[in-house]
Amino acid sequence: MPIAFPAAEGHVRAAPGKARQWAMVIDLRKCDGCKECTLACQTEHALPKSFEWIKVFEVKDSQGGKYFMPRPCFQCENAPCLRVCPTGATFRDEEGVVLVDQVDKCIGCRMCMEHPVPQIKGTVGKCMFCVHRTDDGKLPACVEACAMEALYIGDLVEDVATNGNETVRLSTFLKENDAFRYKEDLGTGPRVYYIAGHGQLLDN
Amino acid sequence: MDARTRGLYVERALWPIGRGDRNFWLAVGGLSALVALGLYAYVYQLQNGLWVTGLNQKVSWGFYIINCVFFIGISYGGAMTGAILRLTNAKWRAPLTRLAEATAVAALLVGAVFPIIDLGRPDRFINVILYAQVGSPIVWDVVAIGTYLVASLVFLYLPLIPDLAIARDLLGSRANVLGKVYGMLSLGWRGTHAQERALARGVGILAVLIIPLAISVHSVLAWLFAVTSRGAWHSTIFAPLFVLAAVLSGVAAVILVIAALRKVYGLQAFITAKHFRYLSYLLIALGMGYLYFMISEYLTEGYVAAEEIAPVLESIFVGQYAPSFWAFAIGGLVLPLFIAGLPGRYPVARACLASILVIAGMWLKRFLIVVPGMAGPIMPWEWGRYSPTWVEIAITVGAAAAIPLMLIVFFRFFPVMSVHELDEIEGVEPAPRLAPAFAGGEE
Repeated sequence: MPIAFPAAEGHVRAAPGKARQWAMVIDLRKCDGCKECTLACQTEHALPKSFEWIKVFEVKDSQGGKYFMPRPCFQCENAPCLRVCPTGATFRDEEGVVLVDQVDKCIGCRMCMEHPVPQIKGTVGKCMFCVHRTDDGKLPACVEACAMEALYIGDLVEDVATNGNETVRLSTFLKENDAFRYKEDLGTGPRVYYIAGHGQLLDN
Repeated sequence: MDARTRGLYVERALWPIGRGDRNFWLAVGGLSALVALGLYAYVYQLQNGLWVTGLNQKVSWGFYIINCVFFIGISYGGAMTGAILRLTNAKWRAPLTRLAEATAVAALLVGAVFPIIDLGRPDRFINVILYAQVGSPIVWDVVAIGTYLVASLVFLYLPLIPDLAIARDLLGSRANVLGKVYGMLSLGWRGTHAQERALARGVGILAVLIIPLAISVHSVLAWLFAVTSRGAWHSTIFAPLFVLAAVLSGVAAVILVIAALRKVYGLQAFITAKHFRYLSYLLIALGMGYLYFMISEYLTEGYVAAEEIAPVLESIFVGQYAPSFWAFAIGGLVLPLFIAGLPGRYPVARACLASILVIAGMWLKRFLIVVPGMAGPIMPWEWGRYSPTWVEIAITVGAAAAIPLMLIVFFRFFPVMSVHELDEIEGVEPAPRLAPAFAGGEE
């Protein structure tokens, strides 16, 4: 089932020096687990149902309650999946997005998948923060699709983030809401921030 | 040592060459059918992609990676047995080295193919060389396996040279065309002093080299797992554990190959119960070493039971993988030690039974490393599933059949025991032979 997909080949960014540094904020207080983000992603990238580049987990908390946690690729600044790639097919573009060159280089060894990178397709594909859309000034498909406005795409350089409706100053927003990064202690430098709310543990 | 005895082992060593009785063809036919089945399954996989396997996003490595580690492990045991016996100058090794070294090459050829079978895009394999990233364990693997493959081929070939000359001189009418090939491959060997010295030096150097090479191959295979951030794999003992597992399963495989071919080729007079007892001792020592490493691994991990390891260990000890684990730990590790180690009758049969159990156990152990390690949660709420399809099973069976097939075919053309080494041990000094005319231009 070969799926053509505007991947990383020859991915060239706009004017140098003005590169953005993409980040995402996910407000767990708002997420209701509808999975519209996953569906929109699968439509955008023409993925079969079992490929969830943004996956929504239902988590039971210690109080017996539950919450939802959408997980895209964290676009780690020190990405372990990138280090283990034998051919250099996995790389970071100058805006900090980890991409896989499925067109030429990826041999499908799946060494990167021993680190949390989703999916097989002869080659490995992954969440790419919809660089083809952000290049055109559009929101990533999942952010656009989120009816709860729980997903924010942001730029660390300009210190700004938006969920499509509301635009916030990124650093202040993160600080005021005690944002955390998942498994930050692994030292991979994730570019995805979570805002906890309903009894979620801050230290997970 | 009289001429008659020498005649006997020369005759026995050369006996399989060019013979094709009914049993030979039956064996070749049966094994070829299994290999063909595996090939068919692989073509099917090539046409349809890895979709036809049980691999999935969560458990993306399965039978193929297990088999890669397993078969290269077996190869390693063959090479180590050959090398160690040579280095320690164990006199009893003479009839065994050829079998051990041939097993090493056959198993390695099979094991080395598995990483390619596992690729989603095998057509792009060349990228590993074109765009090689030295930081990637996959690249380390390709380099290590490639080097080791060359070394073990040479390790098989060098001691074969004098035997090829013997075959060239003795087989006569039984090997008309082959005679020319032997002539070429024996590189004008005439058993002169200088040649003997050069050969002994070459084999000695290789015997020393092959040990660190083989250790590096298995360490790199272990690092494929250990350098990841998966809790169950991220362990400092992985490399030595893999190395020991490899030698253990390899010695077991050598015992089985020797027992089988001894019977088939009628070598009972040369490979005796004594050999099986010695190999059993080796098996027991390695088995106890492995048990120790494994306890050390599980104890240190299990005692702390960090969040990312605890569920995996639980699944192995008492959960869904417990039947495999206990079958391996008891039936494939502890029990064989007693079967092979206790004094008593039937040393050959007991060594073989223990070896079969060890080999099956070591395959299970690799399964227990690869699959629960991947299925286990990275985020605490997602367990993966893996059940292989007929494609993976057929390819595995075909690969396993390819090893005896290669050995049988190889020994149809090459002496099954090292006549030259037997001569050395028995103190025979054959007169330097003249290179016969058909050997062509050499010297």
